[in-house]
Amino acid sequence: MKRFTRDARHRIELTLNGVKRVGHSEPRTLLSDFLRHELGATGVHVGCEHGVCGACTVRIDGSAQRSCLSLAVAAEGQDVQTVEALAGPEGSLSDLQAAFRRHHALQCGFCTAGILMSASEFLERMPEPTERQVREMLSGHLCRCTGYTPIVVAILAVAAQRRRQTSPG
Amino acid sequence: MKPAAFDYIRCDSADEAVALLAEYGDDARVLAGGQSLMPMLNMRVAQPKMLLDISRAADLTVTRVDDGALAVRAAVTQSAVEGRPSLVDEVPLLAQAFPHLGHVQTRNRGTVCGSIAHADPSAELPLCLAMLGGEVVLRSRSRRRTVHADEFFQGSLSTARQPTEIVEEVRFPLARGGERYAFAEIAMRHGDFAIVGLAAVVSAAEIRVGVGGVADRPWVQRWPRLVDDELDAALNQLAWDLDARDDQHASGAYRRHLVRNLGRKLIEELQQ
Repeated sequence: MKRFTRDARHRIELTLNGVKRVGHSEPRTLLSDFLRHELGATGVHVGCEHGVCGACTVRIDGSAQRSCLSLAVAAEGQDVQTVEALAGPEGSLSDLQAAFRRHHALQCGFCTAGILMSASEFLERMPEPTERQVREMLSGHLCRCTGYTPIVVAILAVAAQRRRQTSPG
Repeated sequence: MKPAAFDYIRCDSADEAVALLAEYGDDARVLAGGQSLMPMLNMRVAQPKMLLDISRAADLTVTRVDDGALAVRAAVTQSAVEGRPSLVDEVPLLAQAFPHLGHVQTRNRGTVCGSIAHADPSAELPLCLAMLGGEVVLRSRSRRRTVHADEFFQGSLSTARQPTEIVEEVRFPLARGGERYAFAEIAMRHGDFAIVGLAAVVSAAEIRVGVGGVADRPWVQRWPRLVDDELDAALNQLAWDLDARDDQHASGAYRRHLVRNLGRKLIEELQQ
């Protein structure tokens, strides 16, 4: 059992994008706010703050989840990945990010960070998705710019590209 | 949109959680996946003095087939159950319902027991549990009791759980030979709260229809095998018995329309 009292800031250690990080948090602090304000991961975007819009989606121990519906104290010791984890060290885009750019799968970009984290989990879990499965996964995100179709196209293109790269010969 | 202050305790076992509940009762809320509770905290609809997080209680992370039921304990996520390769044979109705339940991003954290304990009238898992005649295992520090779904759901967000109890486990009866199952739902957008959720079970002897999202709790109706006009008449009666109301999502008349038409479609498919 571990107790965290209200109105006090508690030391929270977690792994953020492969690096052990420490910050301080009240029990009521949302993981989304902790990642942004305490650890500087401002790629986590905060939209509705009740789990509907999907902008704040991050990966916690690998699985895509809403960081606005998690507490920072509950993430102690866990492995958190944000959109900052996707690009290479010199800022080179990942295949998923490059496909989003190529297929115009974003405009304002506010929802994009969350969608990329969901899509990265989804493609690991489902390397050969159907369009319907992509749309089902995307139903957990709101995008007001694209009309979704370019996002679907980009995700399917990455799946096809990765299959070509891993197929023998 | 930030929660009011609370103390937070991470419990390592169910024993710890029920001991703390015995002490704090109504002042504490149990946090499992939090996919219903966290929005309520963010909007300050709920302002508990204390949160008891059971998501890492090792003895509550178990799912097993036991005594004719799929028994899911309190910290098991919806995705974990949905991902069982054998689910389609064990509890086929659940396998059909999961894709309608929120989104993959909320199922990854939300728990099966949490949805049952929350008892939203439009939620899919309470409807499935009521439809299959399942059970809820409630545990306090001093005792453990098993409550049938009919008794457990008492109204909108209202259940037979006492403040000192946790929902320790829910038990979905396994598929019975000769029964066929179907689930369908209409929502504003895939994964939103159901305007109407409908489950149907057909066997050689009877038809069962379950409706969520209309009455204040899941509603289960049994009939002998009916076809054509008799089926339409029975569904029409059911649609009116549910006492559908107008709200911001849909009119009562539209809900009755959905019960009649979705009901007929599901039952006819199963009776073919």
